[in-house]
Amino acid sequence: MQMAGAITPVASSEFLDYVGKQSGQRIMDCYQCGKCSAGCPTAYDMDLTPRQMIRAIQLGLKEEALKSSTIWMCVSCQTCSVRCPVQIDIAKAIEAVRLLAVAEKAPAAEKNVKLYHQVFLKSVEFTGRLYEMGLSVAFNMLSRHPFTGMDILPTMLRKGKLALMPVFKGTAEVEAIFARIKR
Amino acid sequence: MAQTPYAYFPGCTLHGTMLEYNASARLVCEAAGVDLRELKDWNCCGAWSAHTTDYMLGLALPARNLQKAEAMQLPMVVPCAVGFSRMKLAMHEMENPAVLSAVNQAIDKPFKNSVVVEPLLKVLASDSLDLEVKKPLQGLKVACYYGCLLVRPQKILKFDDENNPQTMDKLMSRLGAEPVDWDFKTECCGAGMSMPRPDVVNRLSSKILLAARSMGADCIAVACPMCHFNLDFHQREVEAERKEKIQMPALYFTQLMGLALGFSAKKLMLDKHLVDPMPMLKSKGMAA
Ligand code: SF4
Ligand code: SF4
Repeated sequence: MQMAGAITPVASSEFLDYVGKQSGQRIMDCYQCGKCSAGCPTAYDMDLTPRQMIRAIQLGLKEEALKSSTIWMCVSCQTCSVRCPVQIDIAKAIEAVRLLAVAEKAPAAEKNVKLYHQVFLKSVEFTGRLYEMGLSVAFNMLSRHPFTGMDILPTMLRKGKLALMPVFKGTAEVEAIFARIKR
Repeated sequence: MAQTPYAYFPGCTLHGTMLEYNASARLVCEAAGVDLRELKDWNCCGAWSAHTTDYMLGLALPARNLQKAEAMQLPMVVPCAVGFSRMKLAMHEMENPAVLSAVNQAIDKPFKNSVVVEPLLKVLASDSLDLEVKKPLQGLKVACYYGCLLVRPQKILKFDDENNPQTMDKLMSRLGAEPVDWDFKTECCGAGMSMPRPDVVNRLSSKILLAARSMGADCIAVACPMCHFNLDFHQREVEAERKEKIQMPALYFTQLMGLALGFSAKKLMLDKHLVDPMPMLKSKGMAA
């Protein structure tokens, strides 16, 4: 059963339980066949393959899981999930680990992937839609200058500094959704 | 022709870098009797980034759009595979009443989670549509590429077979083209990694491009702006890395449909792609 609402920190001893509940998956059913890893398009560059990630969750290795590159290298293609012989939605389990890593502000092994998501969502928060040119300008700037904080983005977006702003009337409504979710 | 109305969610890229998908979709829909009524003030579905980093946001952003379609009392049609997948997966999560009520609070609108959502490919490939094929795509070998998000997971998306989908292949046959039988229909192209890890996209899309070439395809047909970007835009980099020309055009299935229905290459914006499909189309007598 999926939990609704904000994700709060969990202790290592609660990690398996948290992933199971948040993802709605029976993690202990995994018998390590490796089919998930075999079909994963990005496993070649993960420190924990999808199979190893599921094992880490079973063993309660929270820290290893949260700092893994796996949670950022996964592109949510769902290949693993549809192939698992015991119907574990591995992508969803990995997502639960990632959501916890975000909530606990664990350092991201793939900094640029996390930065991309942050910049993308800032753009949506302040413009309602994805503005691709703005996204690429902001991403390039921030990935090259990691010490320039994310806090500059709202100002740049509001001032229309990221080139032409899209015309979209629903902006305030979308901003209000972000505010209600209190990120 | 009688027009069937749909609530249309184009998605950000169709109003951005992928204008040609929107333009060709609209032309073909009109000719096929599909009435696209664009959602008023739709917003970004959150794509890869919202569900990835924020559970509630990953639901609330699609839900605001779904609510609009529900209020219009029309099925929603989505040309973008990313948007289609986000709508369907969010609806699946919201089958849990506690989740739905939390989302209702977040979007501050009453939403019952009762919308029908279809990919544009399904709507346009329907046998019940009356298509007047004026210029059959005779002799055109098409590698139909579905990617991940349009078909996986089948049990939630309920669209086509997640291992060997056929919808686009059947449509291409109907238009007179020859779909090639290949193994890469649902392989991943690298998805949203283009900006943060372009090397991943180059690696994965190169495999798809080379597979299409080895099967003798003249072009790849796609139904997703992200797949298109990864196969078309990234092809330059793939060619540079491999030190060879590939020049495999990637076209939206709506553009190929448009050609068969008699629209001009200009109207279908076939000049927008980085890998120019015109030499190939001209050699087949499909464009002037
Ligand atoms: S496919 Fe399923 S059972 Fe096999 S290793 Fe992966 S999670 Fe475990
Ligand atoms: S969903 Fe993630 S972990 Fe699963 S196969 Fe795709 S990229 Fe790999």
